[in-house]
Amino acid sequence: MWYHDHRIDHTAENTYKGLEGFLNLFNQFDTGDESTGFHLPSFPQFDINIILNDKLIDPGTGKVCFDTFGFDGLVGDVQLANGKVQPFLNVNQRRYRFRVLDGGPSRFYELFLTNPANLNQQIPFWVIANDGNLLVHPVQVTSFRIGVAERYDVIIDFKQIAQTFGATTLNFENRLEQVNGRAPTGKILPAGQGTTCVQFKLGAVVADGSVDPATNPTFYQLPALPTPRITRSFRFERDNGQWAINQQFADCGVIRFTVEQNTAENWHIVNNSGGWQHPIHIHLEEFRILNRNGAPPPAVEVSRKDVIRLQFNEDDLITMRFRDFRGDYPTHCHNTIHEDHAMLLLWQVQPGVIDNNQNP
Amino acid sequence: MATMTRRKWMAAAGVTSVAVGFGGGLLADDAKVADSVPDRHFQDIPPRELIRMGHLPNVELITHTGKKVHFYDDLVKDKMVVINFMYTHCEKVCPPIMMNLARVQKMLNGRVGKDIFFYSITLKPEEDSPEVLKKYAREIGVGKGWYLLTGKTDQIEFLRKKLGFTYADPAEDADKSNHIGMLRLGNEPFMRWSACQGQARTEWIATMISNEADLPYGRPVRPTPVKVFGPGAAAATLGGGAK
Repeated sequence: MWYHDHRIDHTAENTYKGLEGFLNLFNQFDTGDESTGFHLPSFPQFDINIILNDKLIDPGTGKVCFDTFGFDGLVGDVQLANGKVQPFLNVNQRRYRFRVLDGGPSRFYELFLTNPANLNQQIPFWVIANDGNLLVHPVQVTSFRIGVAERYDVIIDFKQIAQTFGATTLNFENRLEQVNGRAPTGKILPAGQGTTCVQFKLGAVVADGSVDPATNPTFYQLPALPTPRITRSFRFERDNGQWAINQQFADCGVIRFTVEQNTAENWHIVNNSGGWQHPIHIHLEEFRILNRNGAPPPAVEVSRKDVIRLQFNEDDLITMRFRDFRGDYPTHCHNTIHEDHAMLLLWQVQPGVIDNNQNP
Repeated sequence: MATMTRRKWMAAAGVTSVAVGFGGGLLADDAKVADSVPDRHFQDIPPRELIRMGHLPNVELITHTGKKVHFYDDLVKDKMVVINFMYTHCEKVCPPIMMNLARVQKMLNGRVGKDIFFYSITLKPEEDSPEVLKKYAREIGVGKGWYLLTGKTDQIEFLRKKLGFTYADPAEDADKSNHIGMLRLGNEPFMRWSACQGQARTEWIATMISNEADLPYGRPVRPTPVKVFGPGAAAATLGGGAK
């Protein structure tokens, strides 16, 4: 998990200054000790958090600056990992778990492993968790896309990569082109022409007691899909430069609808725009993506999640249960610039209340 | 990002330190490179001054009362301000937004003109002379501390861009009938600049403005009465927001 400042209207600038951090939780399966449980790489030596941020540097002062006057979103000119500019990490030849968080404020990433000595190589690694939830099985990928506030846990087997590809250095490279805060262009830049977020320098072969994802271990099973009591729809849009959801504007003095406690609901998260993308975050309960524009989600998104990347012209259907808690909660865009310009709505959970508004 | 080499970078990075959560110490930094970086002669400019330089130009404007004013010196410096762009013949978003501002002005209970100021800047200065604005101000009930502003076209365009009231798409940006309906809220001395939708509910706009004016001083937050729509209203009254 992660945590951050959530001051209304000023979340972007406060988190931008660094008011954000990780909270790693372990249990009897995901133990942080590779000799027990699911045998995931041991924390903290081989289980490392990486928060990605990009910053603007003021050319006059040479200091980090922020644009509190932009409505579109902010993309920086400098890439940071854990607050450092494009750092390197010395790794041994064995498996590591990295917990990658897009800390915003607005940039989307598509992360690849690039061997700078041979840019043609397609280097595989494993996604094992999404938004803090272990997938049923590891999913082998050569890249993954991550939006603001999403978390992807990956396992990189540096020993195998060194043996198969002869790599001594690997760049964790963002190859997704994004030139403004509205959305990525969608273009994947050629290997070596993106931005290295972290460079891994491979060292000696060492003992590795962690599970090999290639053996297809099973983590948690997903529960059966619930039967929704109601399906609601939320269109994220812009009206005269003002963010709106279902044509209504933000108002933290208004609860737009009520969910009945101990029921399940399906929500359509809709973007009619071809110019904007929004990482939509729903507070309180995690959801599962049923489909994206009618098609099943990619394997790395078959998971419990709390942020969904709402891409160009998408109608994404999610399902969620409301169980333990009642009270008032927001849904908002986690492009923190959009969030601060009030792309949000409030809803509540109460027992015994039937609210059948499908477009609240 | 491609234009900035890592070496140039270290010069910039030397003066920043952004510590993020834990794990920050686990990634090594390339400190050795920093020694060989030439001095960039960066200036030390206070952040408030940076915001003024970047966003709050001192352009000359004329109020609907016919007074010549300078945007930064006379209207914004040391004040809590609410800024929007409008024009008197706008048929789309201006009527509801200007009526909202008129209601919010009353809700703020005498504070407008005292410690809060409203500025509505015309997008069509060639149509909206001070006399036209004065007539419009009377029609919508503009009171003390709320100024409708006109000026030279190029100056107003410059100001609009500096204040961020722009669309990235040039065609969209040129269409004034589709202009941005946001209200820019600014507490200048505290460097707090935010925004809210001009078409939001007036109670919420008034709450946002008074919070931005009061919170930096540690004054109590204006309570927002919560309205619940739909069948949840009864439960909310009974159960409150119990978590």
